[in-house]
Amino acid sequence: MGCVSPDGKLSERAISFLRLVKEIGSVEPQEVARITGRPLFQVRSSLRELAEKGFLQEEGNRYRLTEKGLEAIS
Amino acid sequence: MGPIRFPEDFQGQWVVFFSHPADFTPVCTTEFVAFAKLNEEFQKRNVQLLGLSIDSNFSHIAWVMNIKEKLGIEIPFPIVADADGKVARLYGMLHPGESTTATVRAVFVIDPNGKIRAIIYYPLTTGRNMREILRLIDALQTADMHGVATPADWVPVPQTWEFTEENTKVIVPPPVTYEDAVKRLKDGYECADWYFCKKKLG
Repeated sequence: MGCVSPDGKLSERAISFLRLVKEIGSVEPQEVARITGRPLFQVRSSLRELAEKGFLQEEGNRYRLTEKGLEAIS
Repeated sequence: MGPIRFPEDFQGQWVVFFSHPADFTPVCTTEFVAFAKLNEEFQKRNVQLLGLSIDSNFSHIAWVMNIKEKLGIEIPFPIVADADGKVARLYGMLHPGESTTATVRAVFVIDPNGKIRAIIYYPLTTGRNMREILRLIDALQTADMHGVATPADWVPVPQTWEFTEENTKVIVPPPVTYEDAVKRLKDGYECADWYFCKKKLG
């Protein structure tokens, strides 16, 4: 219902976040909020959802792309 | 965006968490527009605005779209759809003697550590002064940064709050039947939509 629809389709925002994570390598939500201009709460919620769905891997307060995430934006 | 965790997802930011009585009501619409116009000022102070009312998500969407269509203002902050009133009850936003379903105009100022620093309550009849809320943020941040307290009417820099002819108008109570709603737009008031009409007194 947010970044990922019930049929597994990613929203435009989700794709832009994944591309950004790929570009930077490993990101904190604060960096994503600063770079994209999106509200911090929205970024945190989105990155957490993308991690729960397996597109990102959470390491402390940082996120990096998984194989599934890379595939999704290839 | 997935579900929001409150207040964890707002950690590191100030939050102005405010309730309004209901969507598609006139005073609330003026408040939302006023908050939207000051949103940049709140952002400069690292403040995230967050609204709430006992309405559904669809109602919030329809109302925000209505504001954009009729008034040309985009609402740039999220609104909690507290359809069952659970959050409103937890925060004491429903006051005895006012309404059992409409939240009062509450404001909770929450600091970057998730601590409630100030609470303001206004009754259903009276719209808030958003510049006062901004002034409150300035005062709290100044107190934190400099280890001081601020006196009555303190402001960070000399300023004049501008009030125009528009500020002197009052809200005409919205119609409560379909017939009256249809008629309202022909009543000669200054209306943005059927539920939102203003007039001058006297």
